[in-house]
Amino acid sequence: MEPTVSTPVKAPLAGVVPAARANGTTPTLFEKSRAGRRAYRLPAWEGHDTRPEELLPAHLVRQGSIGLPEVGEPQLVRHFIELSVKNHHIDKAFYPLGSCTMKYNPKINEDVARLDAFRGMHPLQDDEDSQGVLEVLWQLREALQEVTGMEEVCLLPAAGAHGEYLAMKMIRRHFIATGHPERDLVIIPDSAHGTNPASVRMAGMRTVQLASGADGLLDVEKLKALLDDRVAAIMITNPTTVGLFEARIVEVNALVHAAGAFVYMDGANMNALVGVARPGDMGFDIMHLNLHKTFSTPHGGGGPGAGPIGVRGVLRRYIPGPRIERDAGGRFCWGPAPDGAVGSIHSYWGNFGILLRALTYVKSNGSDGLRRIAENAVLNANYLRAKLRHAYDVKYERPCMHEVVLRGTGFRKFGVKTLDVAKRLMDYGIHPPTIYFPLIVEDALMIEPTECETLETLDQFVDAMLEIRREMEENPEVILQAPHTTIVRRLDEGLAARNLELTWGGETRS
Amino acid sequence: MAQIPKDLKYTEEHEWVHLSDDGTEATVGITDFAQHELGDIVYVELPKEGDHMSHMDVFGTIEAVKTVAELFAPVSGEVIEVNAQLEDSPTLVNESPYEDGWIVRVRVENKAEYDSLLSPDDYKARISEGA
Amino acid sequence: MPYVQHTAEDQQEMLRAIGVRRIEDLFESIPESIRLREPLGIARGRSEYEVMRDMAALGARNRPAGALTSFLGAGVYDGVIPSVVGAILSRSEFYTAYTPYQPEVSQGTLQTIFEFQTMVARLMGMDLANASMYDGATALAECSMLMTDGAKDRRVVVPAALHPRYRAVLETYAADVDLEIVPVPCAPDGRIDIAAMTAACQGGGVLVVQQPNFFGIVEDVVEIRRALDTVPAANRPELVACVEPVSLGMLVPPGAYGAAIAVGEGQSLGLPPMFGGPYVGLVACAKAHVRKIPGRLVGATVDVDGRRGYVLTLQTREQHIRREKATSNICTNQALLALAVTVYLSSLGESGFRELSHMCLVNAHRLATAIGRLPGYALRFPAPFFREFVVRCPRPARAIIEAAKAEGVVAGLAVAARFPGCFPDVDERDLLVAVTEKRTAAELDAFASLLGRLGGR
Repeated sequence: MEPTVSTPVKAPLAGVVPAARANGTTPTLFEKSRAGRRAYRLPAWEGHDTRPEELLPAHLVRQGSIGLPEVGEPQLVRHFIELSVKNHHIDKAFYPLGSCTMKYNPKINEDVARLDAFRGMHPLQDDEDSQGVLEVLWQLREALQEVTGMEEVCLLPAAGAHGEYLAMKMIRRHFIATGHPERDLVIIPDSAHGTNPASVRMAGMRTVQLASGADGLLDVEKLKALLDDRVAAIMITNPTTVGLFEARIVEVNALVHAAGAFVYMDGANMNALVGVARPGDMGFDIMHLNLHKTFSTPHGGGGPGAGPIGVRGVLRRYIPGPRIERDAGGRFCWGPAPDGAVGSIHSYWGNFGILLRALTYVKSNGSDGLRRIAENAVLNANYLRAKLRHAYDVKYERPCMHEVVLRGTGFRKFGVKTLDVAKRLMDYGIHPPTIYFPLIVEDALMIEPTECETLETLDQFVDAMLEIRREMEENPEVILQAPHTTIVRRLDEGLAARNLELTWGGETRS
Repeated sequence: MAQIPKDLKYTEEHEWVHLSDDGTEATVGITDFAQHELGDIVYVELPKEGDHMSHMDVFGTIEAVKTVAELFAPVSGEVIEVNAQLEDSPTLVNESPYEDGWIVRVRVENKAEYDSLLSPDDYKARISEGA
Repeated sequence: MPYVQHTAEDQQEMLRAIGVRRIEDLFESIPESIRLREPLGIARGRSEYEVMRDMAALGARNRPAGALTSFLGAGVYDGVIPSVVGAILSRSEFYTAYTPYQPEVSQGTLQTIFEFQTMVARLMGMDLANASMYDGATALAECSMLMTDGAKDRRVVVPAALHPRYRAVLETYAADVDLEIVPVPCAPDGRIDIAAMTAACQGGGVLVVQQPNFFGIVEDVVEIRRALDTVPAANRPELVACVEPVSLGMLVPPGAYGAAIAVGEGQSLGLPPMFGGPYVGLVACAKAHVRKIPGRLVGATVDVDGRRGYVLTLQTREQHIRREKATSNICTNQALLALAVTVYLSSLGESGFRELSHMCLVNAHRLATAIGRLPGYALRFPAPFFREFVVRCPRPARAIIEAAKAEGVVAGLAVAARFPGCFPDVDERDLLVAVTEKRTAAELDAFASLLGRLGGR
């Protein structure tokens, strides 16, 4: 695969494209605004002449302009379309962002979420008027319980980190309720996502870090040394962030249980396991799923997601209410949570629109399709591993699960860093992998192809990576200056942080 | 190679200390090696004048774009001056770690703490192990 | 949709390259004892047509308020949504991208967030805004927590008329982390009892004010500010304003009354009710607090050629760098809904947004006046309101709601039945009625006469 431009271009297309366009920047809507323009007409109403001061105390009525832009609908559409094409996205090209499971988002999911029968449902409507939405939640809960092997799923959390937080609150509540508030320590492997320790802290507990073994997995001896009567839980990402299955997980879970603590599974990487193995069967007490990763709901440019949790055993009693129930007549309703449960963590019932898409995905793929997806996600990652392991360093020499982690130490000698490889991939039309994570792999490149990609796409990626490897030796400058073909080149992040400009026009009126 | 001035003492955590001639005041900053490792510095969280800092306790933080490092007090004492220029120009720490990029001045309470710090040679050995 | 497109030949070629015989060999690291031997107990996959039919059948079991004449609000408002909002949101350039970690290929998302931050900051009259939180309640809870983090006085003063769902979430976040919730009662007129509030505000921490409050009542935020300023500075709580954004077309913004942080639920700015989510939590703050606020921030900068561009900034606050010391654990937020809000606000623009707000205010008063004239009906509280108000009905509100359903009308919320024990000031006869821009003059008048008929029964 050839990059579109193979040498650095200082002033792109100078002299070819009119100067006004060569810059490529899009003025903000505030710059495009002209007083008096308007894209939308409101329904007719009576009482335009009633001044706000006649209905409200005058000193509480807003004076002066707010500063919202005024544009017509065609200008508005062009503005956002012009911006949209500056994004890399799954529908355009390969997006192997490790740990994020950038799989294709089926269009039927969006069609379902556009149905007025769902969109128009107010969250405080009566149960008898909400039978369809309640059944959606019921069916999804049943399906996720089956997928995870957990006894009860709670659909409330709006994202994976939100699910982690809820789970930590439940564990904290349990130890307080059972008279052991001193159990407030949560063991976090050093390969964990940053959300894990942050969630523990927000839930009022403390963290202790567990160094991974040389094989990238949990160091069972070190874990034993940490387990004492102050430990509330351990958070384990399985498969791990280096893309490996925790082979001794059953033993580890038994050890933790014997020490009186709970085992949490961060399910960010569940795409490798659906239909293959279940966290509930491995002995996990509580876990989260990321529906925007494993269950194909769109990532939305950074959300919304959904992070349901699955729970087994004694912790079930702490699941927040209300809980969906089905009576003997098959009617669905909200039921209360038992006393002592953790309180609500969401304005209403979770990100319903995302849950709806996830159920659509489950129904579309079914038990047969879900397993095939996991198998091929793992096949694709191992194929990339096999094809890249000679040109790039692979830290752990054995088959991986859904993602493969390379390390950038091997090409330091060319003066090229992981960041540079990431930027150069953009010139090949590929979104860079996750970089510098997990922290236990030096200069990591974390590649998750997902099951959606064909062999041709994987081969194009391999060719790009091998070509970049050759460039390191022959022409490293082209990598160091990359990207060359994007709408902007490398941006000064230091300047952004020092001279904070977070709104257009700086200080705002009040 | 990172500069390690001979007239300073150092901590394991990459702070440097300059002791005034009369031994009552210490000026503290971070080393050339540390600023290079951190890269483009965007923010320094400073203590207030009059605050008390204790030996090897955290007295502030220093932030680069994607890293944040804690600042450890090499000696105990009252903060008598902070480098206010760092509020607007944190990159002084990159450009001039031992001069314009100094961070705080402290009234030294216990000179023994200063004496226990690393010598330039010890610090040099420390950073070459780590590298 | 068949998800996997490998042919048998592709798979064979890949397995050969890997050096294993079967796909199952790749799963050898999973102990045999925990591998599933049976297929999952889920139906087999089905065609798009069949799945669509199934989902539509589920939908048909709903009776969405959006399809009826609805006066149900209570924090979620069934407003108009310009077609351009859906058109832009359905662009896969936006919805199939992720968090803009790599700015060179994410300028579209980054610039729209920058414009979102600008609009939210301007609406709130604050210096800056973040890129979004999960929803209004979590925005309030997280910001209240952060403003008390590290402070000696870990307390949040909360008025009785705060939305009960928000209050519940705030209580969850405060539980087990030594954060005290200090309640303040309502005055008889439905507003916060300012004397009681001032007495409760002598211990630092945070004061939450919801504007308008759960009853739709407009709090006298200027008077609240004045009362707060009588507290010695060392003990004075920071003000966290929780505002309904549509009201900001008419009401003084949080920046004008000295809020440290302003939060809100963005649902009413172009998002469908969708049974409670996904919505978008708004967070704006004064510059002094920028390093404390949770969530992503987008900032402007330049590239190596001096071109303007945008990046995620101040990331050292966040969990992926600061881990257990982060200001929040939030990672994935509600970016696509922030885009919806941005398109919505630019579609209405300054004059349209103000008109919308004005229209809700006037129409709500038209309806309230008509209801107030009905025999047996009265407004429960005398204080000024924005677009929502509590009606004291002659019969239990539940009965009115049930009867109105038969006429295709969602009459509102039976406050005491829906939130039992939350409000000492309301009883089973109290009905919370909201008016959005969808309600025509004829519908307002028809609703009043419907209530008149139902009240006499």
